[in-house]
Amino acid sequence: MSSATVLAPAAVTRESVATAPPQPDILPAVKPKKGFIGFLRRNPTIAIGGGLLLLMVVIAVFAPLFWTVDPTALAPARRTREPSAMYWFGTDMLGRDVYSRVLYGARVSLIVGFSVALLSSVVGLAIGMVSGYIRLADSIIMRFMDGLMSIPSILLAIALMALTRGSVQNVVIAITIAEIPRVSRLVRGVVLSLREQPYVEAAVAAGTRTPRIIWRHILPNTLAPITVQATYICAAAMITEAILSFIGAGTPPIIPSWGNIMAEGRALWQVKPYIVFFPAIFLSITVLAVNLLGDGLRDALDPRMAKRL
Amino acid sequence: MFAYFVRRVLATIPVMAIVALFVFSLLYLAPGDPAAVIAGDQATPQDVERIRASLGLDRPYLIRFGEWFWNILNGDMGVSIFTNLPVTTMIKQRIEPTLSLMVLTLCLAVSIAVPMGVVAAWKQGTWVDRAVMGFAVLGFSVPVFVVGYVLAYVFALELDWLPVQGYTAFSSGFGPWLENLILPATALGMVYIALIARITRATMLEVLQQDYIRTARAKGAGQANILFLHALKNAAVPIVTVIGIGVALLIGGAVVTESVFAIPGLGRLTVDAILRRDYPVIQGVILLFSFVYVLVNLAIDLLYTLFDPRIRY
Repeated sequence: MSSATVLAPAAVTRESVATAPPQPDILPAVKPKKGFIGFLRRNPTIAIGGGLLLLMVVIAVFAPLFWTVDPTALAPARRTREPSAMYWFGTDMLGRDVYSRVLYGARVSLIVGFSVALLSSVVGLAIGMVSGYIRLADSIIMRFMDGLMSIPSILLAIALMALTRGSVQNVVIAITIAEIPRVSRLVRGVVLSLREQPYVEAAVAAGTRTPRIIWRHILPNTLAPITVQATYICAAAMITEAILSFIGAGTPPIIPSWGNIMAEGRALWQVKPYIVFFPAIFLSITVLAVNLLGDGLRDALDPRMAKRL
Repeated sequence: MFAYFVRRVLATIPVMAIVALFVFSLLYLAPGDPAAVIAGDQATPQDVERIRASLGLDRPYLIRFGEWFWNILNGDMGVSIFTNLPVTTMIKQRIEPTLSLMVLTLCLAVSIAVPMGVVAAWKQGTWVDRAVMGFAVLGFSVPVFVVGYVLAYVFALELDWLPVQGYTAFSSGFGPWLENLILPATALGMVYIALIARITRATMLEVLQQDYIRTARAKGAGQANILFLHALKNAAVPIVTVIGIGVALLIGGAVVTESVFAIPGLGRLTVDAILRRDYPVIQGVILLFSFVYVLVNLAIDLLYTLFDPRIRY
């Protein structure tokens, strides 16, 4: 809308065409800033989301440097202390320092989020490519994916976790399996539409071999939508991990993760709500950061979508 | 058209069969010995053998799947390892709270989200639009149990307006039933509202640029009339599709919401089953939810023709 009104007074008169340089001053001559800083200025959502996410990564990686203590150290004498100068976020019912636990908990969330995003993108890309290129495989794979997608993803992850021992690795695998159908469908759709593009048809007509077409034309064009999808999957995976841990089907209780801390604080939450609320705030901010990054990337990578959503 | 209906209904059969095959096969795909995992660390070898026999893991895969599937078709989902009750009985006992929660959330979410999206599209670019979009991003980012705890803390503990936890059966009155469910339904509905509001806004923006909207305006139709009759009707198909797809979010979220608000429904049944590794119960609940999800989306597909007479098959 707004762009239309800016362009509307483009009543280019004869004189201006005749005399003016090739770019008449219809638009103010603001040179877009180049480089990384300029990119962030033009996409504030990416800057905010990416900045917050970076902050979380720093917190997770350098958790020992942020005045934390051993997050698993028990101290029954100092149970359920309210937040204070000594215990910034208070202590839980076993006397463990909630601040340290929350900071170390960032590791699990980020590892799960990033691993699931990466793994499901790679596997989904492979399945989607095969499905988009081989007719026979397509109908079988897509029926299978339809079935898989009919199982709500959290329930699928729960079922997988019920059959394995709780570990971060198994959580990653369970959530990845639940997310693969979405990526495969996306890639397949992109591949099918790309194959109709004139430049791909031209390449085929010129006798380019299929592997080269895939490498030069198809693959690069799937990267943008996959990157956007991967950020959303990362956010969803962090929530799913927290949910799994919260209901006792995720990360084993020895490892502090935000879902675990909340699960342990659950029994006491009416009297000591801070044990639940601090990990909840961190989880929400992290997921928000990833979602903002995803929205920003979507707008930057696909301007046509930006207008619609 | 009738042929399309029949074809569409038949097309769900392979999907459901694949769901069943998958849920069944999980037992065999799991790394290690599922009987040992289910039995737990303290189990004796006899316990493991008993569970192996009760799950049928000692017999060939295909034969076992045939039997199991035949039983499902006859309404028998097996027996719980822990309570020895039939899974169908356990599900029947727990279905009312979950169904209540999901139906209430659905009504609440649709009646809030659709007007939100419509107004955001109408006032595109203003602070109203930005507020709705901001809310949508938040709704996607704040997990359901976080919303649940915040709502329970504010409205039940601090303000003491509503009960903190629990469930009252519908048969003991609409008032008490609603009182107990309003907080869980709001918490569960948050992400759903975000999803529906977003798609409503996007679709409405497209529809509002159509020629027939300009015609309606030219003939002097009122703003509300244009938005809710002319535009929303034409935007219905994508919105209804997303409402159907979003049911998966409701189902997943219900499991967590029920644990936060201590509602004795299917979600609690699932969580208890996970803690006891009662796989037949988990299997039964997942099958039921998946079938509901498939059927909801089938119904929506078939309803398209009602919403949009332009669609002809």
